[in-house]
Amino acid sequence: MSLTLSDVERIAHLARIQITPADAERMLGELNGIFGLIEQMQAIDTTGIEPMAHPLGGAQRLRADEHQTLIPRDDTMKNAPARQDGLFLVPKVIE
Amino acid sequence: MQWEVVIGFETHTQLSTDSKIFSPASTAFGAEPNTQASVIDLALPGVLPVLNRGAVERAIRFGLAIGAKIAPRSIFARKNYFYPDLPKGYQISQYEIPVVQGGTMSFVVTPKNGEPYTKTINLTRAHLEEDAGKSLHEDYQGMSGIDLNRAGTPLLEIVTEPELRSSAEAVAYAKALHSLVTWLGICDGNMQEGSFRCDANVSVRPLGQKEFGTRCEIKNLNSFRFLQAAIDYEVRRQIELIEDGGRVVQETRLYDPDRDETRSMRSKEDAMDYRYFPDPDLLPLEITPDWIEQIKATLPELPGAMRERFVRDFGLPEYDAQTLTASASLAAYYEAAARAALADAAGKAEAPAAYKATSNWVMGEVSAALNEHGIDVAAAPVSAAQLGRLVARVLDGTINQKTAKEVFAAIWSGDDRDAAAADTIIDARGLKQISDTGAIEKLIDEVLAANQKSVDEFRAGKEKAFNALVGQAMKATKGKANPAQVNEILKRKLAG
Amino acid sequence: MSDLARKTVAELSALLAKKEVSAVELARLYLDRIDANRDLNVFLDVRPEVTLKQAAAADALIAAGNAGPLAGIPIAHKDIFVTRDFASTAASKMLEGYMSPFDATVVEQLAAAGMVTLGKINCDEFAMGSSNENSAYGPTLNPWDKKAVPGGSSGGSSACVAARLAPVASATDTGGSIREPASFAGVTGVKPTYGRPSRWGMIAFASSLDTAGLMTATAEDAALVFNAMLGHDPKDSTSLDRPREDYTRALANPVKGLRIGVPKEFFGEGLSPDVEARVREALKQYEALGAELVEISLPVSALGIPVYYVVSSAEASSNLSRFDGVRYGHRSAKAGDLLEMYKASRSEGFGAEPKRRIMIGTYVLSHGYYDAYYIKAQQVRRLIADEFQRAFTQCDLIAGPVAPTVAFDIGAKSSDPVAMYKSDLYTVPGSLAGVPSMSLPVGFGDGGRPVGLQLIANHLDEARMLGAAHQFQLATDWHARVPAGF
Repeated sequence: MSLTLSDVERIAHLARIQITPADAERMLGELNGIFGLIEQMQAIDTTGIEPMAHPLGGAQRLRADEHQTLIPRDDTMKNAPARQDGLFLVPKVIE
Repeated sequence: MQWEVVIGFETHTQLSTDSKIFSPASTAFGAEPNTQASVIDLALPGVLPVLNRGAVERAIRFGLAIGAKIAPRSIFARKNYFYPDLPKGYQISQYEIPVVQGGTMSFVVTPKNGEPYTKTINLTRAHLEEDAGKSLHEDYQGMSGIDLNRAGTPLLEIVTEPELRSSAEAVAYAKALHSLVTWLGICDGNMQEGSFRCDANVSVRPLGQKEFGTRCEIKNLNSFRFLQAAIDYEVRRQIELIEDGGRVVQETRLYDPDRDETRSMRSKEDAMDYRYFPDPDLLPLEITPDWIEQIKATLPELPGAMRERFVRDFGLPEYDAQTLTASASLAAYYEAAARAALADAAGKAEAPAAYKATSNWVMGEVSAALNEHGIDVAAAPVSAAQLGRLVARVLDGTINQKTAKEVFAAIWSGDDRDAAAADTIIDARGLKQISDTGAIEKLIDEVLAANQKSVDEFRAGKEKAFNALVGQAMKATKGKANPAQVNEILKRKLAG
Repeated sequence: MSDLARKTVAELSALLAKKEVSAVELARLYLDRIDANRDLNVFLDVRPEVTLKQAAAADALIAAGNAGPLAGIPIAHKDIFVTRDFASTAASKMLEGYMSPFDATVVEQLAAAGMVTLGKINCDEFAMGSSNENSAYGPTLNPWDKKAVPGGSSGGSSACVAARLAPVASATDTGGSIREPASFAGVTGVKPTYGRPSRWGMIAFASSLDTAGLMTATAEDAALVFNAMLGHDPKDSTSLDRPREDYTRALANPVKGLRIGVPKEFFGEGLSPDVEARVREALKQYEALGAELVEISLPVSALGIPVYYVVSSAEASSNLSRFDGVRYGHRSAKAGDLLEMYKASRSEGFGAEPKRRIMIGTYVLSHGYYDAYYIKAQQVRRLIADEFQRAFTQCDLIAGPVAPTVAFDIGAKSSDPVAMYKSDLYTVPGSLAGVPSMSLPVGFGDGGRPVGLQLIANHLDEARMLGAAHQFQLATDWHARVPAGF
């Protein structure tokens, strides 16, 4: 199978990546090359095989329900591009 | 045409944990913006989630309470979408395999016009997930402010099958669920602070039709009143739309309490493609039978069971049982008071009478006083034991109802915390009612002599005059006479 | 050149203990070398005042007599590990100047052992690449041949140790990012079992594959540093809950009787003759040391690359969603409304390779393709893991080439992603299986560029693997070679 330009544009939008029509063309070529490589795995019969999400099995370890003192806000927010009154500022959120 | 309303519920309950679901930040409400957002909640580069055992325990408690299957192995997935209140660009939630599967809820529905009835519905699932932060829309240099204190607060999303058939059933379900989660102590139930948020999926279909109609999801139902109003509005809107030849579009609608209407929400971008996949940072959640047993052992008697017991063993009307089991504290207060009343009345009253009398007191005087002072029953100045003693004194005829209210008020405002406070006050104020027939006859003779006019009017057939005479007699006994006795003696004398 | 800079961690540790050299002297020596070799473009952030302060503290510890074997040993950290005292950029414009409010667990553990941080080193952007050409701050040069790439994504780490700008450098491996650059730059590079090192503070690329490791001159050095670096971390719920172990315990074990599995698929077409020759010689060397070579077969692993690019890109597309210009990182100046802000910031902040991986990952997770790609890849991943388990019933270690060729020229493959991806052929299977693996220098191929031998061990069998490598290094001196002029 191979992707179309509209696939590329849809994915780019989902991923919030701006692409010019020229980028889209180039990316379409690259992605189809890469998916050509990826398609090779379809040759392997995997009927009845349990998908493996983690390299080592086992169960999730849980944390005791205790809150801790946090790194101060001034330190955790110091890299913010825009902040005021302890808030991160973003272009208006419309709901 | 006859329409049938079909409602399914999704309720986001904030779990009452000390720390967040995947981070050690406190869940306390109302802190300075972003002071309770840990580096994990802020999704800084390099952070990782670690699941809070307390959140899982609460999910198990809920699952056991509704007779659901607790999944021995459940999976956390990533729900991917971009939004400023979602720091990672994905929400960690349970998708294919939730921790709680199935279960049922029973509750009493009281329609506006009609008999109360009990409804049982099936729950689809309840799954653990993290809450998002908040976008503040006050103007900050033309921008929105983002506060991530709430981000990462544990949520149990409880989903029902579309089995509710009216806004009354929807409200009854929501109230029952609210009382259950607070009863279980897994959620503080504070709707103003958003601890208990309901979304309703509403659709209508011609009565008798099998297929469901197109549904709309109504959000922002943060009070039971809004909930009923919003559903009623939405049902009207959909029926009118269809009857005018229109079609309902599947969408998310927001309820606006000021306008009392629902309006279409600008649908979140890409709502259709969340690209769910198992979170590689979190291994499968495994819950052992031992763990489930440990939690089972800590479960309290549930409101449904207690309601049935009050009806079955105490002979209370369904309405009383329902009201008294609205909260764990109220139910506990009532049961303690009722048992004390029965014990203190020492054989002078039948059990059913004692239980019902106490019920009347708790639903009447006690509730009124609690509302007036805006306090919870757990903090009532009149203890259950004190109330029991007071009710016993009415049951055994020591005082009458009217006097009892005076005594109740005295205990409430006084500082005598002894179980026998009622007796102390009755003695101190000489409130014991007079049951000595001789004494009452004497008093009544005086009353009759002093009120010849009323006597004549009565004999002339003026019934009202009798009440006047009773009033005089009670007045003469300073309200301490047994009203029944007074009636009986008066009748006899006037007849004579 | 300074003999001191040729010393291994083990040797420096002895000198420090005997007070024949101080931590501050060592720090100065390496800071000078870093400064003198800026043309290699290895370091992205150097702060001598911070380094010297740490060194002075280490000297105090040594003077007080309660210092461990690593106190005062300088180390450079791959810029994938976040650090409080140095900028943490993942070699991306997205994180230019980013200052983390906390240290990665690996960094914290090594600092607690008294190691002295020389600075942060270059790598492929977000660890995505095999040549270090994807760094937003320019490619790192290979000290053996400045026309050549040092490999990637830990190319800064391999070049750093090859040029002896530090005796040891931290690194990360997702699909070969430690082993391939180690091979290209002629140093020892070790990737432990997935879950053994903490991922807390590692800027995530592919969570189910990312593994912290080391570049050193010798296997012995790696073992010494692992003793301080590898342990359970409650902040990473995928970190293995096991007691610490002594990774030096098997160094002295003779190779005699060791069964080394040689996968025939690793010697197929595409493997360049010069590399094959060095690898075969190395295997002969092991035979000479008494090891037994066993031919094994890893047929599904030969198809590891498709699986790897589906799984790693899917996870990456989600892991990189947090870079949205809201709380930190690049925000576009042309940001208009929210959607534009996201798109412009991410497009300007990410380089071509992260964008490519995000696109691949978003596609394989998107509606209608999930089963055909993501689920399929996870099923094949299990087959590969099972294949390794079967192989380890026939042998104790697996050995083969690390990469099909020696280091290629800068620019040779940068315009051909498929060709670039294919160079991970021999390293991705071990990553998918989560097993420990390493590269050790075994000579030189075309153009006098280094060749590495890959060793793969079963889960948690690092000590045996390091022992086998150490025995090889006792019998050979490839690991001691240093490029001319360094």
